[in-house]
Amino acid sequence: MTPARRPILEVRGLTTRFRTDRGIVTAVDDVSFDVFAGETLGIVGESGCGKTVTSKSIMRLLPARTTIIDPKSRIMFEGTNLASADERAMRKIRGDRIAMIFQEPMTSLNPVFTIGWQLDEALKYHTDLDSSGRRKRALEMLRLVEMPEAERRLDEYPHQLSGGMRQRVMIAIALCCEPDILIADEPTTALDVTIQAQILDLMEGLKRKLDTAIVLITHNLGVVAQVCDRVIVMYAGRIIESGPVHDIFHSPEHPYTRALLRSIPKSGHKAHGRRLPTIEGIVPSLFELPKGCRFQDRCEYRQQRCIDVEPELLDVGVGGRVGDPLRQVRCHFPLSGASSSPTIERTGVEP
Amino acid sequence: MWPYIARKLLYNIPVYLGIILIVMACLRVNDPVTAYIGKNASEEQKQALRTSMGLDEPFALQYGRFLLKVVTLDFSERSWELKRPVGSILASSVVPSLSITIPALILTTLIAITISLCAAYVRGSLTDRVLMFGAVLGMSISLLVYVVLGQYFGAYWPKQNLGIGVFAIEGYRPITLSSLNNWVTYCMLPVIITVVLTIGYDTRFYRAVIVEEATRDYVTTAIAKGATKPKVMFVHVLKNAMIPVITHVMITLPFLVTGSIVMETYFNIPGMGRTLITAINSKDFPVIQAFTAVFAAIFIVTNILTDVLYALVDPRVRLS
Ligand SMILES: Nc1ncnc2c1ncn2[C@@H]1O[C@H](COP(=O)(O)OP(=O)(O)O)[C@@H](O)[C@H]1O
Ligand SMILES: [Mg+2]
Repeated sequence: MTPARRPILEVRGLTTRFRTDRGIVTAVDDVSFDVFAGETLGIVGESGCGKTVTSKSIMRLLPARTTIIDPKSRIMFEGTNLASADERAMRKIRGDRIAMIFQEPMTSLNPVFTIGWQLDEALKYHTDLDSSGRRKRALEMLRLVEMPEAERRLDEYPHQLSGGMRQRVMIAIALCCEPDILIADEPTTALDVTIQAQILDLMEGLKRKLDTAIVLITHNLGVVAQVCDRVIVMYAGRIIESGPVHDIFHSPEHPYTRALLRSIPKSGHKAHGRRLPTIEGIVPSLFELPKGCRFQDRCEYRQQRCIDVEPELLDVGVGGRVGDPLRQVRCHFPLSGASSSPTIERTGVEP
Repeated sequence: MWPYIARKLLYNIPVYLGIILIVMACLRVNDPVTAYIGKNASEEQKQALRTSMGLDEPFALQYGRFLLKVVTLDFSERSWELKRPVGSILASSVVPSLSITIPALILTTLIAITISLCAAYVRGSLTDRVLMFGAVLGMSISLLVYVVLGQYFGAYWPKQNLGIGVFAIEGYRPITLSSLNNWVTYCMLPVIITVVLTIGYDTRFYRAVIVEEATRDYVTTAIAKGATKPKVMFVHVLKNAMIPVITHVMITLPFLVTGSIVMETYFNIPGMGRTLITAINSKDFPVIQAFTAVFAAIFIVTNILTDVLYALVDPRVRLS
């Protein structure tokens, strides 16, 4: 990855809160990351860590009445701050420049409209094509996502398709306007293992063909290893580690990341392929977050400092390169040890 | 679609035969003739009445005869009380009933769907809460209050104080194409009252349906595609919400024909509801038997119609 490459999406200090019956919770807390053109960025973490809220914050798909995106949050896309953009501006971006697909292909499509109609709708909003042009394009997209008997499918309804085919339709809809970014929120979680692999392959291929950046959200590190360039690990609403996939897999810095990696089922144990990674202990409730590190209760390396002070997300560039944004960890005692202390001194968080 | 309708019709034939069987049997448990002319009538009188209706024949034969008459729409038997053919009683009472119930149903449904869509569109807002409060309030007031107030302010008061008699509450005159103003005079006020009476319940029901639809995943997908909020509500959500809406409307459809008994009674309108009640009170056997057969047919036809409408709206129904 060339350092000169500019990010197409810059998320800075994204903080998303919800008003609930029990008070306000912060589901996503000061999350910052970049998405570079054409890359695949993975966001991983256990269920409930804020992956979906992060992606829906970017697309502004959260319920307006109960969601508060902190006004200091910045989600910069082509000079627009999506965190504070109005609906009109968001509509122009949604489906056209940034598209999204979801976890449940069985319910994501509208059951009472044909596949063709639902593809046509997206094209109608974002292109000047006339109706026959749109139909041609819709067919082209179904062929692109390798839909068997594409022509016939245009006039079929979602219930006539299998889960895998519906997810292909979702991908076709998402990519029909050639977006810059495709956010895929657990796109294969609900699918069978073999179909999962096919869908991932398809996304890989299309990313290259259309030069679309993909933000792939998953709790499955196996999926990350297969397709991602970089990965962000989230825990209880925070980023706790980020870096190139190779680095994360070979030298995880955060004890949580390592625990996640250890919970990946070994190949050959296919039966466990869909199980959620299990790590001992439970994620703290967003209502009772500890003062120090959020992972402290489950961490085998816990020290007094972990209980007293929450660690900052700091650079741990392999070469110790200052300001390299690509390798970060939020831990007082990163597993590789060496690179952390100078960074901490440099930023001077220590009391 | 046609094979589907044919299949539905076929399934319902035994159902209808069963209903007629039960109705006819029930009506004969107590001797209808004695019930009508009383214990003191002479045996000859009773026998004459019995023969005229074929009541002295074996039940199986009566059943077959009656079915044949229903199928051929032959309602030539005379009412014991009114001495007119049952068919003509049916024909003359169906128009007044429909003149109230059809406009009332159409208006209620359209208004209720519009209000509930608007309320669901701004759900949680003050407007939504005010609308729903109004709906609950409207539902909680007794029907009699609406009738009394409606008759007073709609008919009595304007006539007494302004000398305008637009609406009348009695003296129904038939509505024909050349006298459509009779509809305004005799039917419009009952229609308005019926709409006011039912709108609260319907609005709440439709709003609940629409709000629930609005939380579905496909709504998020539509917004993620770039759809505007009106597009989402009035295209994506509405078409899905039509499924429960149709059920709700269809359940009330038979009452279109059976008529609004209450309104017909309070406004002295000779509709089907009132005619049947009168017939029951006077033990007018031929009318009761014919009306129940017709009502049963109407229920079955509306059921089939409901299924057909489902199939039109919901593609998932079509294949199964
Ligand atoms: N609309 C909402 N209102 C309140 N809390 C929410 C809402 N959406 C998500 N949350 C909470 O935010 C946290 C993160 O959720 P989510 O992003 O869906 O997790 P995941 O990483 O599994 O996608 C969870 O604790 C969830 O309960
Ligand atoms: Mg999620």
